[in-house]
Amino acid sequence: MSAGICGYGAYIPRFRIRVEDIAGVWGGDAETVKRSLRIAEKAVPALDEDTATIAVEAARHALRRAGIEPERIGAVYVGSESHPYAVKPTATIVAEAVGATPELTAADYEFACKAGTAAIQTCLGLVGSGMAEYALAIGADTAQGAPGDALEYTAAAGGAAFVVGRDRLLARVEASYSYTTDTPDFWRREGQAYPRHGGRFTGMPAYFKHVCGAAEGLMRKLGLEAEDFTYAVFHQPNGKFPRVVAKKLGFREEQVEPGILVDRVGNTYSASSLLGLAKVLDVAKPGDRVLVASFGSGAGSDALSLLVESRIEECRPLAPSVESMLARKRYVGYAEYAKLRRKIRV
Amino acid sequence: MSVPRFWRNTKARYRMIGRRCRRCGQVYFPPRNLCRRCRRRGELEEVQLSGRGEVYSFTVIRTPPVGFERSAPYVMALVKLEEGPMVTAQLADVEPEEVRIGMKVRSVFRKIQEDGEAGLIYYGFKFVPVEGEHDVQGE
Amino acid sequence: MKRVAVIGVGLTKFGELWDASFSQLFVEAGTRAINDAGIDGTDVDALYVGNMSGGRFIDQEHISCLIADYAGLTPIPATRVEAACASGGLAIRQGVMAILSGMHEVVVVGGVEKMTDLSTERTTQTLATASDSEWEAFMGMTFPGLYAMMARRHMHEYGTTREQLAMVAVKNHENALHNPYAQFHVRITVEQVLGSPLVADPLRLLDCSPITDGAACVVLASEERAKEFTDSPVFITGSGQASSSIALHSRESITFVDATYNAGQEAYARAGRSPAEVQVAEVHDAFTIGEILAIEGLGLVERGEGGRATEEGETAIGGRIPVNTSGGLKAKGHPVGATGVAQVVEVVLQLRGEAGKRQVDADVGLAHNVGGSGGTAVVHILER
Repeated sequence: MSAGICGYGAYIPRFRIRVEDIAGVWGGDAETVKRSLRIAEKAVPALDEDTATIAVEAARHALRRAGIEPERIGAVYVGSESHPYAVKPTATIVAEAVGATPELTAADYEFACKAGTAAIQTCLGLVGSGMAEYALAIGADTAQGAPGDALEYTAAAGGAAFVVGRDRLLARVEASYSYTTDTPDFWRREGQAYPRHGGRFTGMPAYFKHVCGAAEGLMRKLGLEAEDFTYAVFHQPNGKFPRVVAKKLGFREEQVEPGILVDRVGNTYSASSLLGLAKVLDVAKPGDRVLVASFGSGAGSDALSLLVESRIEECRPLAPSVESMLARKRYVGYAEYAKLRRKIRV
Repeated sequence: MSVPRFWRNTKARYRMIGRRCRRCGQVYFPPRNLCRRCRRRGELEEVQLSGRGEVYSFTVIRTPPVGFERSAPYVMALVKLEEGPMVTAQLADVEPEEVRIGMKVRSVFRKIQEDGEAGLIYYGFKFVPVEGEHDVQGE
Repeated sequence: MKRVAVIGVGLTKFGELWDASFSQLFVEAGTRAINDAGIDGTDVDALYVGNMSGGRFIDQEHISCLIADYAGLTPIPATRVEAACASGGLAIRQGVMAILSGMHEVVVVGGVEKMTDLSTERTTQTLATASDSEWEAFMGMTFPGLYAMMARRHMHEYGTTREQLAMVAVKNHENALHNPYAQFHVRITVEQVLGSPLVADPLRLLDCSPITDGAACVVLASEERAKEFTDSPVFITGSGQASSSIALHSRESITFVDATYNAGQEAYARAGRSPAEVQVAEVHDAFTIGEILAIEGLGLVERGEGGRATEEGETAIGGRIPVNTSGGLKAKGHPVGATGVAQVVEVVLQLRGEAGKRQVDADVGLAHNVGGSGGTAVVHILER
């Protein structure tokens, strides 16, 4: 493949709520939750933030690193399960806000937590085929968990954006492999406020089957093994799943830990694996090989293999690091959290 | 606010694109169609503002106008942009007690208002402090 | 400039007047003014009315014709004048110009606002149209918010204190005790002002003028025609009006209202008077900081000295330059379109010696009316 990443950007909202503050309200045991989910706190969007604002901030960071005029962007795709509108794309808001309009194509994606990697794959195709010179792929979400449900501990907000191109690459995409079936592990009907999920069904038949299917398929396609990768980044619905699947696939802790941030930010859904990738790109060296495997309920996994190029060094400092955004935080209690997430009907 | 009226100003609201008079150099943001000084002799061209500025004055709105009830109390400020013009905007990601005249700020993309639950969402610029961005704040 | 005589004045009580409709208010004030002038309705050549927003407050535009109709004054020319809170002052100036131009000889000028038929939220929203709708109000700014930012900057630049702002309100409430038409007849203290709820930091509820219904009216005449009706009219000897940017963010300075300064300069020049000769003044205290900015902009005190002057009693009844003997907008009330006319009424009463317990010794008076956060200002100088 001749295309790759020439800019990456992340955005994490400032507010956090701790597991203790959610557990306290619903009578859960915080320590049990923290141990089983391996998560301490999650990111909460401000009242004036939504998937569009998060996508724009991430996109602006990515464009700073790409260093291209926004008019040269030929496509924008935003993947989310919390688009502000059911009809009216987030992608056009982003395109307008970054100055890419009017000569471009755009659309929104939905595929649970893998809509962002689906956007990247589309961009790779457009750029690779010459249909677009540069293309912008974003995964962003302001996820909601039903009050009192287990998902409430992890459903979080964040965004990551990637400028795809053929030149100015900071990471070249070696290959892409996807594993997709119709597996209803988690869904939300139109008009419903909160999703439903299949409990333990979300594990082996869903997450693990598809992530393994995609990662193994990718490695087979490239004739590589786990050892050939410097980093492995997985979709992180909690702190347990990515570590378990990494072990299953033969990756060591040192390859996986740098890409994990769920314990401090929660499950950012369409941004989850992409924020992990951004966090890795913040520290990766030229020549490093990175495996990214997303997972979207419904279900599917997109796996990419990236080779980091020398340009990463000069463009990395041009926008805030994931670590700096993780560190920039203010805690809220459950009452303010409920107000911010509009769980209180006015 | 009506849809066409909002849409007409998207460039300014989303991207902080102003106008500069080629004749006298004055920068206008929000943008104008006539240079105040040169009037007909002026020549206005688009200019991209950096979004950086400082707080010139501020207040904390405690009796909010229609549409801002959920947000109160919130900080509103006059921000003097580094290119010269001054703009009225909300300060975000900051507690009222933290705001000072002279505080350095930068622009961010946020929701300004929405027309209820079914109407249009109006996006635009707000400002966040530049100092202390990497600080950890606890309760 | 040539002098224009004020031969009659009248106003309604200011307050929350549930029983009074818009036109009832104007008719009441107008009738009193015409009685006071001793003229007949048939003597009136033209009508000017100041009103900020009949359209939003009572769904009524075309105010001019409504008033002429309900006042029984058709078919004379009737004109509605609008400049937000300066509508009344502008109407006065239009009346003055109509007479000075020779176009008319006897002119009724009124101001009226019916504000309480809307909820407080909708009223506040309407008042915000005096600011920049696209770039101030839409962004979440409120009218008190604008003046609050001016106050904060004034405190930053000149060291004006919260207590000094409060003293403006205290003084004006004290004055209003002696004004039967005022909305409030209650003495307040600095502690009460500082303890009242915050509206927009640092301004509190008692820093802000209220929502008020009311109307005020004057009868103007050329100096020649005035002789038919009175031996001792009060004269408008100077008039000044100036515009500035609508948005606070477009001003050169937010601690100096250039429109006030420019309007004042024109008025002084036309009257051949200096600020030092002004002996009583009604100024635009929509918020306590407004009075401080006004007396500085008008040159009644040095720039930056407004707070100190208030604190030291210079602007109290009995002080060097009594300001807002009526109670000002704060305590008398602020029916937006009527205020500018009511200010002239007060100055006339003072110059005539008819101000009762709030009487001061004055031969030269000034009325100052501002629109929005300073986008418009109009100043009139009056003398015996």
